[in-house]
Amino acid sequence: MSIVQQTGAAGFLACFETLKDALPGDPVVREKAAAAFRLLGLPGGTSARRSEAWKYTSLRPVAETAFMTPVVSGFDVDLSASTASFSRFAENPVFGPLPRPDRDPMVALNTMLAEDGAILRVPAGVDAGIVRIDSHGNGSHALHPRHAVHLGPGATLVLLEIATGTGGYLHNAVTEIAIGAGAHLTHIRLQDESRDAFHFATIYADVAEGGTYDGFSLVLGGRIARTEIHVGLTGKNAVAHMNGAQLLTGTQHADFSSIVRHAAPNCTSRQTVKNVLNGRSRGVFQGRIEVARDAQKTDGYQMNQALLLSPDAEIDSKPELEIFADDVKCSHGATVGELDAEQLFYLRSRGVPENEARAMLVRAFLTEALDLVTNDAIRSMLGEKIDLWWERQAA
Amino acid sequence: MLEIRGLAASIGDKLILRGIDLNVPDGEVHAIMGPNGSGKSTLGYVLSGRDDFTVTGGSVLYNGLDLLDMAPEARAAAGVFLAFQAPIELPGVNNANFLRTALNAIRRAHGESELDAVQFLKLARAETKRLAMPDDMLKRNVNVGFSGGEKKRNEVLQMALLRPSLAILDETDSGLDIDALKIVADGVNALRSPTFSALVITHHQRLLDHLVPNRVHVLAGGRIIRSGGPELARELEKSGYAGVLAEAA
Repeated sequence: MSIVQQTGAAGFLACFETLKDALPGDPVVREKAAAAFRLLGLPGGTSARRSEAWKYTSLRPVAETAFMTPVVSGFDVDLSASTASFSRFAENPVFGPLPRPDRDPMVALNTMLAEDGAILRVPAGVDAGIVRIDSHGNGSHALHPRHAVHLGPGATLVLLEIATGTGGYLHNAVTEIAIGAGAHLTHIRLQDESRDAFHFATIYADVAEGGTYDGFSLVLGGRIARTEIHVGLTGKNAVAHMNGAQLLTGTQHADFSSIVRHAAPNCTSRQTVKNVLNGRSRGVFQGRIEVARDAQKTDGYQMNQALLLSPDAEIDSKPELEIFADDVKCSHGATVGELDAEQLFYLRSRGVPENEARAMLVRAFLTEALDLVTNDAIRSMLGEKIDLWWERQAA
Repeated sequence: MLEIRGLAASIGDKLILRGIDLNVPDGEVHAIMGPNGSGKSTLGYVLSGRDDFTVTGGSVLYNGLDLLDMAPEARAAAGVFLAFQAPIELPGVNNANFLRTALNAIRRAHGESELDAVQFLKLARAETKRLAMPDDMLKRNVNVGFSGGEKKRNEVLQMALLRPSLAILDETDSGLDIDALKIVADGVNALRSPTFSALVITHHQRLLDHLVPNRVHVLAGGRIIRSGGPELARELEKSGYAGVLAEAA
């Protein structure tokens, strides 16, 4: 049951009106999301509200594209290396408490139109191995998957998400993550979408006492892309890493935005986001660390670095600290530069051909962000993707 | 055989080398001495191909090849090696990986088979042992967090592995204690053969006690103002450059 819709926010709303009786889950939540979306619009599109959160990223091209919606699922879940329990949102359509459709237009859009998603649960104390979710976009389809991950106390899971596809589709995912006390989620994402596609991933994670969220996203694809991560450290001694690497070329635009909320004492957040920008591409980094009044002994660190491979590439960086506690350690920094001429000469003077030397320095630049990925097989898969990206730049 | 004729080079608007003539026959070690700012390091950079210097005149032939026309990596493949005065740090690049990449690039250029990780480590460990370097220097990032002496030894390690036929040592002795100095000199002496030559840039006689040169040249104001045997280094050590400079003026 796929229909061609008109463009813009009005198009998505018309689509919702047509489909709403067939969509699973609480119709009140859907209607509220539609009302919010009507109000917020697509940032950058006509009649949309101005939004500080979307200051650097315009969704006008999304508003000007006609998409076909819905399509069934659009993703595969590989549980062959995992004991996690899996169900589908289509069969168990629960909207969790963390996502904020009232604030975020893409989350409102997802809440309005989500038809499926992967729901993963790991019981207390269980190490459930590795789950892999592959999504495939194609043509001019619009996908709004609604994923959820629940780790019981002391549980462990590695979640690997790989997004690929062909065509000018829209992939607009929302993922809600609850990490129990002492539990550990490693969340590795490879965004390798079609260069014509639109990719939006909004992740909400809540980390209970002593729990850990280790997130790393490698962003390679998409015409316009945004990774938006909200982490709440709600129990003491909780830890979050929100690393990312974006390798862009041509006229690609990729936005990496994160908000970490320190709501409990003694929590740690660490973030290293690297952009490698070629052609006329544009990278965006927005990072906010919020420290609540009770969150004493907070340790927050945020670093955003960009390597410009072309004079026409652009990076926008907006770090923010919002601190209400008085005994905290928070720091942030941002650097922008080109490949270092001395380092390049050093390598070449040792016989390393120029292109290989450049590739080595780009890999080296990314190392700090990638060090979070400790699984050898996943690390080398990501390494190969980076090498392949480089080979395409050099060709 | 290295043949430098009338070599002139500048950086920006500033002329640094003002016509260098120098022959280094195969099998010989020549020392380059001279006051600060005389162009010694520039000579090393120009020979190895650093592109922020502009060659404004002269020629450099190495074994009949026109060095000035070659990319830095091609010069390295032809046997040229510059030991940097201030070795560059490469954060995120593992030293062993760096050394193996360099060695394999040069082997490839020579039509030799590449070494795998195991073969390479065996070779590298033998050299680190000979240079009295701790094993973990191979695991660390290139020159990151290395002491001054460790960086210089890492240069000598690269030289030992890459086995150049023309080594240019730019103040490799500075910042080294006497034991390290001897290790560095031994490292170069081990490479000495009828097909190996070296240009040793130094301020001190000390290194030349261990690494005895065939010839000593004094570089001042971008020109070689005097050349002589090993005794010239001892004379300079005793009476400084003032006498030589006055004589040349």
